[in-house]
Amino acid sequence: MSRAAAPVAPGAALEPEAKLAFVEFLLTSVDVQESARRAVDWLVAHAPVTEAAVLVAEAQSNQMLLVAEHGISTGAIMDFSLGRDDASHPLIESLNSPHAVYVEDLSPHHRGPLSSRAFHAIPLRADADETGQGLLLVAGIGPALVPEAEWMGRTLGKQVSRLLGRQLLAETRFGQERMLLYSIINAVTDPILLTDTEGKLIIANSHAEKLFAAPEEASEGWRRAAGLNNMLFSAALSTNAVGMTELARRELLLVDPLEGSDLLFELLSSRAKDERQGTYVVSILRNVTDLARAKEEIEESYRTLRVAQAEVRDERHRLDLIIDSVADPILVTDQEGDIVLMNTPAERLFNAPGIDDETALRRVRANGANLTSFVSNVLTRSGEQRYRGEIQLGDPVTGRPLPVEALAGTILSEQGELMWVVTILHDLTEAIEKARLYEQLKQASVELERKVTEATAELAEQNELLRRQHIALEQASALKSQFLANMSHEFRTPLNAILGYTHMLLNNVTGQVTDPQRKSLTRIDSNARHLLALINDILDITRIEAGRMPLNATTFGVGELFDEVQAELEPIIKRSNLAVSTRVRGNVPKLRTDRQKVKQIVLNLLSNALKFTPAGSVTMTAAFDARAKQVDIAVKDTGVGIPVDDQVKVFEDFRQLDSSPARGYGGTGLGLSICRRLAHILGGSIDLLSTPGRGSVFTLRLPAKAKRR
Amino acid sequence: MSGTPARERQLVLVVEDYQDAREMYAAYLQFSGFDVAEAGNGVEAVEKATELLPDIVLMDLALPRMDGWEATRRLKGDPRTRHIPIVALTGHALAGHAEGAREAGCDSFVTKPCLPDALVAEIRRLLDRPRSNGDNDKTGPQKTRTTKRQS
Repeated sequence: MSRAAAPVAPGAALEPEAKLAFVEFLLTSVDVQESARRAVDWLVAHAPVTEAAVLVAEAQSNQMLLVAEHGISTGAIMDFSLGRDDASHPLIESLNSPHAVYVEDLSPHHRGPLSSRAFHAIPLRADADETGQGLLLVAGIGPALVPEAEWMGRTLGKQVSRLLGRQLLAETRFGQERMLLYSIINAVTDPILLTDTEGKLIIANSHAEKLFAAPEEASEGWRRAAGLNNMLFSAALSTNAVGMTELARRELLLVDPLEGSDLLFELLSSRAKDERQGTYVVSILRNVTDLARAKEEIEESYRTLRVAQAEVRDERHRLDLIIDSVADPILVTDQEGDIVLMNTPAERLFNAPGIDDETALRRVRANGANLTSFVSNVLTRSGEQRYRGEIQLGDPVTGRPLPVEALAGTILSEQGELMWVVTILHDLTEAIEKARLYEQLKQASVELERKVTEATAELAEQNELLRRQHIALEQASALKSQFLANMSHEFRTPLNAILGYTHMLLNNVTGQVTDPQRKSLTRIDSNARHLLALINDILDITRIEAGRMPLNATTFGVGELFDEVQAELEPIIKRSNLAVSTRVRGNVPKLRTDRQKVKQIVLNLLSNALKFTPAGSVTMTAAFDARAKQVDIAVKDTGVGIPVDDQVKVFEDFRQLDSSPARGYGGTGLGLSICRRLAHILGGSIDLLSTPGRGSVFTLRLPAKAKRR
Repeated sequence: MSGTPARERQLVLVVEDYQDAREMYAAYLQFSGFDVAEAGNGVEAVEKATELLPDIVLMDLALPRMDGWEATRRLKGDPRTRHIPIVALTGHALAGHAEGAREAGCDSFVTKPCLPDALVAEIRRLLDRPRSNGDNDKTGPQKTRTTKRQS
């Protein structure tokens, strides 16, 4: 639906200079398309136009041709086609209208070049023309036609009318194709330029224009940047020009005129020859600034990657060192069961580096097979984190059986997928050997224990035997003592009668005895007494030997003892006519021992001295050896003395030198033997010092205090 | 004392199982002016002592039927015979015998062989001893003389 455009809004200020400049341009232009393009540009610059198009009627094909546009997509340009005879079309209607028409809502089946369905259609015509020669379509300014658009419609109408009269239709068609070409190259996002060989710009698309052409209103910086870019471009082309026949490719650094930043382009240029106009150069600039940045980033990433790889290598190296330092073989296998990593001890078993002996290699393969079977077990039990088993391996070189304990752990990926199996092998040979040794040791220990038990039992048995023997011996000894005691009693009873009756006869109890009878009775008496003494001595010795001589310790002075002994032997001393003296040194302490036994010894010694000393003296002395805490009791005589050879013998049983009683010494020959035994019982001793013919010294040494036995 | 019958010679009861020795001591004691009664075992000794109430008893310790210790204990346990001194006579010169004899109540202790005159001397010593009425055995035992030995 169309209606007449609203009258021009009054008071709209048109810039006279801009109009003048445009009119001047139209005067110099002989090209409809160029005029139309400049008209659209002008209109876009001076009015808030969103879309604009110029259609020109071509007489030959009777088609409306699109020669200039603004804001129209390339697709729309290519699709546009409108016949002039399509009288029902609102655009054709407008063409025949004497003034501008506002198409409020173009119906979809009437296709137009603009995307807006509401626009102004201004017929282009000179005043003299019957119908319009073309149309200026303007959208985005609202229902009221702005004065600039109206002015442009008039001005461009005159120009079109003027030029169409002179131009060939073909040229017009060519113009439309050229415009299509422009549109295409503008659509390319890379800057495209057509220059002569010197780099002088002929055609540039809008992207190229941004770089190389500064509009008049542009800032100083922009203009300088454009100038610089032109110089850089020309220089690039000229260095390429020499010998350039085909597509040349090089980098070109330009300046972004608006941002002032560096832009890196890849320059693709090729020559095109035109017979009419000479040689041109078509250049396409591809912005590779981002690419370069990306490349730098990639390089940076690559460097980072290299560093990371080095670190990983170091890590791996460290890991290798660690696992190589482990004496036990360690292997890592992948999910296929293939070994991906192993340490040196493992290599010895599963790789045998440097060994080409067939037997060894067979063992290596056997080891591998055993390991694989173990690992496949682990793989089938992927639920478990750890898996333990024993594998029979063999030393590849020696063939020695190598039982190992295998401990496997699984490593899972983040997705929980089994990635690797780490297996550590621990040589069990030693453990088995140890177990065997331990078993042997245990057996030996058991054996030993058994033997000890046996020996102990045997010992106990022997102890028991000994104990019994001891008891038996004790009993025997007791019996012997008892026997001897009894015997001595039995001896004494008849002796008692013999001595008694002899005594009675000698005392004339049964009447007066004659002298020869008395002599005989005296002999009987003397022999009976000797026999009695012998019996008493034997009894003493028996008791000492049997350890049944009881010690009865009392405290007493040696002086008193000497007096007592002397008093007891007084009759004999008197008879002997010997000088008997005693001397006790002042430091001699009281004795603590068995008085009766000491007295028996001293009595015996004095009695002996008296017996064996025909003339001279007998001296009894007592001295104290403070260091040894011993009291020395010495009985010294000036008698017959004892030869050195016999000095030991006198202490033996039944030893009396020339012991016949007829000799007149009397005694049993047991006295000194008993004395020595008694001295030992008291913890002392008896020494003898004697010179034959000069006398003897018997010394009894006694501890001042007898030890309890 | 009251229990002792008036007699000119003092009566000694000689208890000894060995006849030779018994008769020897008896003969010598009679020779020395004593009346003598004899017993050959412990039972007889107790009977004779109770019956005759001798002035002193010479008691061998090793006796058949009843030993000397037991006989001594009986006599010393009987009020009628308690006052009679008892001289023990033994062939065993062991300390235990002397102790046993004293415990049994013997007043004196003589070891065989004992010559007749030594025995008579010991008997006279006991009989001449001043005696308190009744409890004569508490005056303390006399020192025993043992036979002197010579080598």
